[in-house]
Amino acid sequence: MSLDHPETSTEKRRPDWAAFAIAAVLAVIAAVIFFDVARVKGTAGYSQVGPATVPEWIAFGLIGLAIWTAIEGFRGDFPKRDRQEFGPVVWVVAGLAAQMLLLKTAGFSIATGILFALVAAGFGRRKLWLTVPVGIAFCLAIWLIFAGLLQLSLPAGPLERLFL
Amino acid sequence: MSTFEFLLQGLVSASQPMNLVYALIGVTLGTAVGVLPGIGPALTVALLLPVTYRLDPTGSLIMFAGIYYGGMYGGSTTSILLNTPGESASIVTALEGNKMARAGRGGPALATSAIGSFVAGLIATLLLAFLAPYVVQFAIQFGPREYFALMLLAFVTVSSAFGDSTLRGLTALFVGLAFSVVGIDQLTGQARLSFGIPDLLDGIEVTTMAVAMFAIGETLFIAAQGFRGPEIVQAVKGSVWMNREDWARSWKPWLRGTFIGFPIGAMPAGGAEIGTFLSYATEQRLTKHPEEFGHGAIEGVAGPEAANNASAAGTLVPLLTLGLPTTATAAIMLAGFQQYGLQPGPLLFATNPQLVWGLIASLLIANGMLLILNLPLIGLWVKLLTIPKPWLYSGILVFATLGTIGANPSVFELGMLLAFGLLGYVMRVFGYPIAPVVVGLILGPLAEQQLRRALAISQGDVTYLFTSPIAVVLFVVAALAFIVPLILRARGRGEVLSQMAANED
Repeated sequence: MSLDHPETSTEKRRPDWAAFAIAAVLAVIAAVIFFDVARVKGTAGYSQVGPATVPEWIAFGLIGLAIWTAIEGFRGDFPKRDRQEFGPVVWVVAGLAAQMLLLKTAGFSIATGILFALVAAGFGRRKLWLTVPVGIAFCLAIWLIFAGLLQLSLPAGPLERLFL
Repeated sequence: MSTFEFLLQGLVSASQPMNLVYALIGVTLGTAVGVLPGIGPALTVALLLPVTYRLDPTGSLIMFAGIYYGGMYGGSTTSILLNTPGESASIVTALEGNKMARAGRGGPALATSAIGSFVAGLIATLLLAFLAPYVVQFAIQFGPREYFALMLLAFVTVSSAFGDSTLRGLTALFVGLAFSVVGIDQLTGQARLSFGIPDLLDGIEVTTMAVAMFAIGETLFIAAQGFRGPEIVQAVKGSVWMNREDWARSWKPWLRGTFIGFPIGAMPAGGAEIGTFLSYATEQRLTKHPEEFGHGAIEGVAGPEAANNASAAGTLVPLLTLGLPTTATAAIMLAGFQQYGLQPGPLLFATNPQLVWGLIASLLIANGMLLILNLPLIGLWVKLLTIPKPWLYSGILVFATLGTIGANPSVFELGMLLAFGLLGYVMRVFGYPIAPVVVGLILGPLAEQQLRRALAISQGDVTYLFTSPIAVVLFVVAALAFIVPLILRARGRGEVLSQMAANED
C-alpha cells in the first residue's frame, strides 16, 4: 500500500468520499441491528438484560465508529489506495458465482473445474479450452480423494456418478 | 496425578499407531499448504479444518496440532526463499533470511530456522504443559465478570493496540461483533438478525468467514494488483547443513528467542508478533557481528524464528486454559474444538484430561516429525514455491470452496463465502486488518454470554462488574492498551505499532 501516487499527494487534504461511504455502511448496519432487535426487546427478564442488550451496544459502537470514520474522511486522514485492476477481480468473482450456481446440477467436479479455469483466467491464463478440462480433471481427482477416502459429502453430478 | 504423569499418559495415547499417522498427515499437509506463498498459519488451519471433520475428536485435534505447527514451519520457508514480508508471521525472518538465501546460504538459513523452531517448540510446549495446570487452578476462581474482563482485554489488544489505526482496528472488530449476534440467542432462544432465513439461525460459521476473508479476499486483492513481474524464488545452493560456526552463532539466539516469545504468546494480550521483533532487536544488540545485520546474519533468523514458534505455543496457554483465543489462528482452532462440542477452559482439563494432554503430547510429537520432515525434504517444499501464480490461486480457491462445500454443501453457504470474500477484499484495499473480524466473530458470543450472566447475577447492576479485584485489574489493563497507543499515534510514534501488527495471526 505504499506505492507512489503523484496525483493523490496533491489532493491530500480533500474529503475522501470512500470514507464517507464506509461510514454510511457502518451506520446502515447499526440501523439494521436496532430495527431487528426491537422485536425481541420485550423478553428482557427481570435483570433488564436480554437478547437485545448486547446487539444494541454493538450498534451504538458502530454509530460511534461511523462518525469517527466520517471525521477522518473529512480531514483526508484515510490511507492512500493503490490503483485496483477490476478485470481480474471480475474473473474471480465470476468463477465463484459460476461454481455456486452449477454445484447442485453439474456436481462438484464440473462446477469447481470451471471456478479453477476462471480464476486462472483472472491471473492471465485465458486459454479456457485448455484450462477448463484441466480444472475438471483436477477437481475430479480431488473429489475421488476427499469424497472417497475422507468421506466429505461433496455433491455428485453426472461425471461423479460414473465412479459411484 | 502430577503434570508429569498426565503428560506421560498423553504421550502414550498420542503415540498409538493411528494417532501417529494422523499427526504425520497433519504436519505434511500443514507444511505443504503453509509453504505456499500468501498462505499464513491462520489460513492453513482454516483451509485444513474440514479435512478433520470425519475423525474422532482426539484424532482430529492431533492432526490439527500437526497442521498448526506445520503451517508455521512452512511459512518461514516461504519468507526465506521468497521475499514476501508482510504476508504472515515471519516478517522478520524474511529480513535476514532472504538476504542469506541471496548470498547462497539459503540452506543454513532454513536449517537454523527449522532447528530453532524445533528447540523453541520443544521448550515452549513443555512450558505449556507445566504452566497450564497453574493457570487452570487460578482460572477456576474466575466468574462471569472476570471472563468478560479478560475477553474485553483480548478485544482491545487484537483490534486497537497494534496496527496502524485504532479506528480501523476497532471497525474491523465491531464488524465481526455485529456478525457474531446473527442467529439464535444462546440464553433465550430468540432468533436475532436472521431475517427469517433458516440458514442464518445457526449463526455465521467461523470457518466460512475465515476462509472467505483470508483466502478469497487475499486472492481478489492479489488479482487486483495486476501483473508486476515474477517473484524470484531463491534456489537453495550448497549444503543444507550448518557448519560449526553457524551452530555456535545459533544456539543462544534460539534459547533467547524462546524465552522472549513464550511469555508474550502466553499473555492474554498476545495477538501480535511482538516477540519476533523483540528477539530481532535483542540479537542485533548482542551480536558479535553487527556488520552482518541487514546483510544476512544467521542470528537474525535463528532468534525471531524461535520466538515465533515459542509464542505460537504460548497462545495455546490462554486458548486451552481459559478458552480465550488471542490470534486469528487460535480463533480458528477454537472453532475446531467447538465442532465437537468441546469448550476449552479449566473445565476441559477436569472433564477430558486425556484429550487435552493427548493434544499437548502430540504437539511434542509433531514438532519432532517436522524436524525430520523439513531438513531432508526441503527441496520438495521449494518446488511448491515455483508453482505459477494462476495455478496457485486457482488451487487455493478450489481448496477454499472445497472446505465450505464439505462442511455444508449449500448454495447459500457458497454465497456467504463470496460475500465475505468481497468484504475481505474491500477491507484490504482500505487497509483494515482482518484478524479482529474473525476474533470478534468467535469471541463475541462468548463475551456476551459472560456479560449477561454477570448482569443476571447482579440483577442488571453494571457496577457489579467492577467489584472484583481481578476484573478491575483486567479492565484497567484493557483501558491502558486502548489509550496508550492512541496517544502514541497522536504523537506520530505510530510506526512502531504498525510494524508490530501481525498480518494474519
